Amino acid sequence: MTKDTFKVKVGLAEMLKGGVIMDVTNLEQAKIAEDAGAVSVMALERIPSDIRKDGGVARMSNPHMIKEIQDNVSIPVMAKCRIGHFAEAQILEALEVDFIDESEVLTMADEYAHVDKHPFKVPFVCGARNLGEALRRINEGAALIRTKGEAGSGNIVEAVRHMKMITSQIIELQDADLSKKAEEFRVPLDLVEEVAQNQKLTVPNFAAGGIATPADASLMMQLGAETVFVGSGIFKSDDPSERAHAIVKAVTHFKSAKDVLTASYDLKDAMKGILMSDIPEDEKFSNRGD
Amino acid sequence: MIGVLALQGNFDSHIKILEKINLNHKLVKTIDDLNSLNGLIIPGGESTTITNLLRRNQSLIDGINNLSQHKPILGSCAGLILMSKESNDSRVHNFGFLDIITSRNAYGRQVHSFEASIKVKNDTISSDIQVLFIRAPKVDEVNRSVDILATFKQEIVAVRQGKHIGISCHPELLDETLIHEICFKGKK
Repeated sequence: MTKDTFKVKVGLAEMLKGGVIMDVTNLEQAKIAEDAGAVSVMALERIPSDIRKDGGVARMSNPHMIKEIQDNVSIPVMAKCRIGHFAEAQILEALEVDFIDESEVLTMADEYAHVDKHPFKVPFVCGARNLGEALRRINEGAALIRTKGEAGSGNIVEAVRHMKMITSQIIELQDADLSKKAEEFRVPLDLVEEVAQNQKLTVPNFAAGGIATPADASLMMQLGAETVFVGSGIFKSDDPSERAHAIVKAVTHFKSAKDVLTASYDLKDAMKGILMSDIPEDEKFSNRGD
Repeated sequence: MIGVLALQGNFDSHIKILEKINLNHKLVKTIDDLNSLNGLIIPGGESTTITNLLRRNQSLIDGINNLSQHKPILGSCAGLILMSKESNDSRVHNFGFLDIITSRNAYGRQVHSFEASIKVKNDTISSDIQVLFIRAPKVDEVNRSVDILATFKQEIVAVRQGKHIGISCHPELLDETLIHEICFKGKK
């Protein structure tokens, strides 16, 4: 019996498909998320829109807060470590979180290297803006890729950009010189060959960063996402529980406009959101890590 | 035509297995999708999430109950919990197709998930297959009317009652077709 095969890590990502993973900052929110049908919760001290507002260094959350959520919900619990901060990741593994998000939303710990994810038993999810970034993370051992989008913005434009970029770059591989692509992406040739042949990433591909409404969730699913992460979108809205229910329904029935309409019907105001032109380039979370 | 319940979970890996054994398939999200099915798979995923979506759609629950009278249902992981008569979490829907009691996440969190070889055995088959246990449930009790189909270290990991089969782990994630063939192709 081996506990650390890569397939076991990807196996949990497979179980999360067709679902919604919700950011929560306390037990009360975690219970609302679970009751609304979240497949998993991401436990963090501040949601991305508050991290953006508050400034300062954003680190791994307090383990006590994560533990309290783990002890009181039955769905998988994820938590974030800083990019390259393998000691935070080790702590989260010792805490037995179900997934670690090596996240650009937190302040970077290493500007040159991400965590070597292969030695860990706990699976990692990483953000990506394009195919090269996605493949570098997979090569480092990520068991799940999500778009970076622009977390905490309530603006879907970056998630759409990143999802379409990855999709089109995978299609382009059909007619490309794969060894050149492998060199450009800085990953082994066999990984590029596998993606070119199957016309999809070797791990599940989820969407994150800016999803605020049932329509946003449906959009990302129709663009090829297999599950969506919703961060600030739920608990920064005027009706978290109703919105959480609605987004869960919209993801399951994303192809049925009628169902997404029903899900959208009685919602109050979504989070306000920020225009990309109002975020200075050096303050964009998505520019962290490559 | 075999349906795969696609409210949430690993429905696409079950589709791949059905393709591999040449069975037509479709995703099931509403009662209309149940028309003309010869069987249904309830996949793995989060049983609370699948329950949540089922309970917003009573007609789908009724339709699955009707289908189960005549056609085989196969459940893996969360699907096994949903098919059981009783589980240790009252928030989870129990169809009761299998007269067993199950407990959720019985092996612990994801760091305790593992790959293993399980022993599949009935009157005519005796075979070891490779599977993944992902935050898997356990079968705590089985009624006498239930046949034990597979074991791992003396623990019951797959059961059969009439046409229906439930399994606590994931042969489909390792491209293993035997359980699907027993359920839907009458493999002996």
